[in-house]
Amino acid sequence: MTIKTSKKTAVDVNAIRRLIKKHKKNDLMFAALGMFVIASLTITLIILFLDLVLDGYPKFTLDFFTNFPSRRAARAGILSAWVGSSLVLLVTFFVAVPLGIAAGIYLEEYAKKNWISDIIEINVSNLAGVPSIIYGLLALGLFVYSFGLGQSILTAGLTLALLMLPIVIVSTREAIRAIPIHIREAAYAVGATKWQVVLHHVVQYSYGGILTGVIIGMARAIGETAPVITIGALTFIAFLPPSPVSIDPPFLNFAWLNAGFTVLPIQMFNWISRPQHAFHINAAATGAVIIILTAMMNGFAIKLRYNVRKKIKW
Amino acid sequence: MSETTISPQLAKKFSRNLIERLIEFGLLCSAAFAVLITAAIVFVLVSEAIPFFQHVSLYDFFTDTVWTPNYSIKHYGILALVSGTLTTTFIALFVAIPLGTITAIYLSEFASHKVRETIKPILELLVGVPTVVFGYFALMMVTPLLQKIYPDLTTFNMLGPGIVMGIMIVPYIASVAEDSMRAVPMAMREGAYAMGATRFQTAVRVITPAAISGIVAAYILAISRAVGETMIVAIAAGQQPNFTFNPVESAATITSYIVSVALGDLEHGGIGYQSIFAAGLTLLLMTLSFNIVGHMARKKFAERY
Repeated sequence: MTIKTSKKTAVDVNAIRRLIKKHKKNDLMFAALGMFVIASLTITLIILFLDLVLDGYPKFTLDFFTNFPSRRAARAGILSAWVGSSLVLLVTFFVAVPLGIAAGIYLEEYAKKNWISDIIEINVSNLAGVPSIIYGLLALGLFVYSFGLGQSILTAGLTLALLMLPIVIVSTREAIRAIPIHIREAAYAVGATKWQVVLHHVVQYSYGGILTGVIIGMARAIGETAPVITIGALTFIAFLPPSPVSIDPPFLNFAWLNAGFTVLPIQMFNWISRPQHAFHINAAATGAVIIILTAMMNGFAIKLRYNVRKKIKW
Repeated sequence: MSETTISPQLAKKFSRNLIERLIEFGLLCSAAFAVLITAAIVFVLVSEAIPFFQHVSLYDFFTDTVWTPNYSIKHYGILALVSGTLTTTFIALFVAIPLGTITAIYLSEFASHKVRETIKPILELLVGVPTVVFGYFALMMVTPLLQKIYPDLTTFNMLGPGIVMGIMIVPYIASVAEDSMRAVPMAMREGAYAMGATRFQTAVRVITPAAISGIVAAYILAISRAVGETMIVAIAAGQQPNFTFNPVESAATITSYIVSVALGDLEHGGIGYQSIFAAGLTLLLMTLSFNIVGHMARKKFAERY
């Protein structure tokens, strides 16, 4: 009897060993598969980016940045596009950032648990999932025609601000949530009002996280094409909007807000859509400019967040 | 006696409270702005689509398979656009779901801390790449490559943009799914290891079921992205409405139709102008229903530890 069982366990041990071996092999195989998938994705994308940069390389001259678009591909540049992108982003920044931070502060610090804050919460998360082209349709119906703002820099800036708003709100809330309650309690204990607590402590300590969200949102706004096309932005612009600053008083003017414009991704789209190969080179160069710009902004934001997380020890 | 010294301080209280209230009200208005945007989206789309549906019956809109707003005999059958949207979405998901899930499992359960800290920022950088650049990849690089394998492929097709869209979506799926897998408590992993499970067994039989609500959310997010994606298909799929589910044919999606109309001269108030709002409303309803399904799935599968 004892011999029988020991024999049986001996068989089982071998079977178990085989089983373990098989499972360990599966384990290794999956690890290899995972590495392969990640490596091949990264390599594919690196090849695509390199190809883009190499295609556009002949156009990386100063002229490309200082010339207007032209019917002749060799002379065409992205002056009006990068000026347009910068001005649109200026509007976006000044609308989305204050509004987004204020909304984030309200939801985290002030909102009571009631149906109003529930509705706002649901709305913010839904807005983040709305396709960007829908914002373009909203802007077309509302800003362009109902408000009569036309196809202007102001319209585009406001449209992109709506797109960016959920990003700023979410990152503000995350940054604020990371601040422990005792910071607030300490401030209240020395007699601060709610707003003083928020302004002097909560915002001060969360600005790194908020800034990360703002930069990521701005980088996204640079690359957004569909909503700006939908409001009817022109694709061929060979003039610059009026300068926002002047040497004569009152130094600032706002005529540029109503000017027609184009932006970098639309200029790129326009060049891709042409049949001649020479324009495709321009498109590749513009694409490289957009990618380098957004990658730098996103890279900075990711680094910033990493530093903020590492530095803060409550 | 002490009251007399406090009272001038108390006099400040009224103005101080007023300012506090005003600030709170201002902040509330900013937050309520989000609700206003949603309301405005629905209002604009519906109010512009209503005159459209006075011209075109709802029955024709949803059953006709021809979309020819520019021809003399006008047809407005949204199915011709929905078919393109669904085909490109399906191709994208076919690429993105396996790759994204494998990436997520690998990063969460297999990769060392160092590897994960290197890969995650790269994924985040990829999320930030503008879609117009991916459109360029689809048209100028991926489609020519596919033509070498399959020479009959036309310059504009749904396969190339679908694949590129899939590659674009992988980081979304990977990072959302990975987050939900990381959120599974360590005790569950330790329990599985203690029973003698390998990493792969733990990942597939313990972690994935525990994190399924987050994984489903990632897939739903991916579907929403793919359905609403505009520039890749507008650039590389052709903008000709075509009722087909064949990936090697060219077709228009709902989004690329909106772009093609917006690029032309828009006659404000004309039926062409109204048609893009009807198309947009369809798109919004599609993404909304996916999001609701996702929300429900998340609730159903949600695990509490």
